[in-house]
Amino acid sequence: MWSWVGHRITGVVIFFFLLVHVLDTSLVRVSPEAYNAVIGTYKNPIMGLGEAGLVAAIVFHAFNGLRIIAIDFWKKGNKYQAQLLWAVLILWVVAMVPFLIRQLSIVFGGN
Amino acid sequence: MSPIETAETAPEPASKIELPAHVGGGGEIPTFNITLRVRRYNPEISEDFSWEDYELTMYGTDRVLDALHKIKWEHDGSLSFRRSCAHGVCGSDAMRINGRNRLACKTLLKDLDTKKPITVEAIKGLPVEKDLIVDMEPFFQSYREIMPFLINKGHEPTRERLQSAEERARFDDTTKCILCAACTSSCPVFWTDGQYFGPAAIVNAHRFIFDSRDDAGDMRLEILNDKEGVWRCRTTFNCTEACPRGIQVTQAISEVKQAILSRRV
Repeated sequence: MWSWVGHRITGVVIFFFLLVHVLDTSLVRVSPEAYNAVIGTYKNPIMGLGEAGLVAAIVFHAFNGLRIIAIDFWKKGNKYQAQLLWAVLILWVVAMVPFLIRQLSIVFGGN
Repeated sequence: MSPIETAETAPEPASKIELPAHVGGGGEIPTFNITLRVRRYNPEISEDFSWEDYELTMYGTDRVLDALHKIKWEHDGSLSFRRSCAHGVCGSDAMRINGRNRLACKTLLKDLDTKKPITVEAIKGLPVEKDLIVDMEPFFQSYREIMPFLINKGHEPTRERLQSAEERARFDDTTKCILCAACTSSCPVFWTDGQYFGPAAIVNAHRFIFDSRDDAGDMRLEILNDKEGVWRCRTTFNCTEACPRGIQVTQAISEVKQAILSRRV
C-alpha cells in the first residue's frame, strides 16, 4: 500500500510543479523581463532543495510507474511485485546519489 | 455377548491409557499476560467510539478469539463480535488486529507482540453496528451482482459436467474464498469509494468466469467492465496480504482485467 501512497503523493507534487511551471514559462510571452525576474528568484538554496525534492519525486514516480505497468501487463508481475518495489527503490537511490552530489554542490557551492 | 460386556472386558484403547507425565504431552502450557485493546461502539449509549483495555492471562495455545471469549464470558458480557465455526472456515470473525485484517480464530496470541497492547477493531469501510460487528450488506450486494452461481445454457446433463484437471486448476485459487471481507475491507479504494465492487466480488466472479462449465463469463466481464468495477483496482496488494486463505487476490483481479481487454477467457 505504501508504494501506492508514495505514488499518489509524488503525483500531486508533480502536478503542482507543472502548474507553477506552466505559469512561469508562459510569463515569457507576457514580458521577457518579468520572466527573467521570476526565474531569478529561484536561484537560492531553498529552491535548490525544492528542485532536489522534485527530482526525487519524479524519479520515484517514473520507476514505480514502470513497476505498475509490469504488474498490469507482465504475467509474473503480480508474483514479483515486492521484488519489483525493491528494484524501484534501488534504482531510485542509484539515480539520486549522483544527481544529489551534483545538485547540492551547485546549490551550496557558492557560484 | 452383549455390547456392554464387550466394553467391560476388552482392553482399553491405546489413547486412553494413562501415560506417565514425562512421556508424550509437552508438559504445562505456558501462560502470559496480555492487554487487549478493543475499539468499542454502542450506538444505544453513545455515538462515539472508545478504546477499552482488558488485562488477561492467556495460554500459549490461545488465539485472539479465545481472548475475546474470555472477555465476553468472564469480564464484560456486553462485548459483541461475530464468530461461528471458530476454525477459519466460516469467515465470520474477520477483524482488524494490530492494524491488519485477519481472522481472530486463526491468529495465535503468541505470534503477536504481547509486550504491547494488542488492538482489535472492526474491519474498515463497512458501517459498524456494534463493537466488532459491521453491516455486511454492501459487501454481499456486490457479491450478488456478479452472479456467483453456475449459468449454463445447454441442456442439463444426466451425469456430472466433466472438466479436465487443467480446466479445474485455472480457477482453483479463487474457489478458496470464505467471504470474510478481510480483503474488501483492507482496500483503500473501498474505504473511500463504497461503490467499488471490491476484491471479494471480483474473486468470486473470477471463480466462474474461468470455469469451463460456465457460459456467462461475458456477462460477468461486462458487469465488471465498469467505472466501479475492476478498473478501480490500483494494485495496492492490501487484499492479497489480508486474505486469510492465501488467495492471490490482486493476481485474480489482474486476470479479469486482462480478460476484459482481450475478450478471451
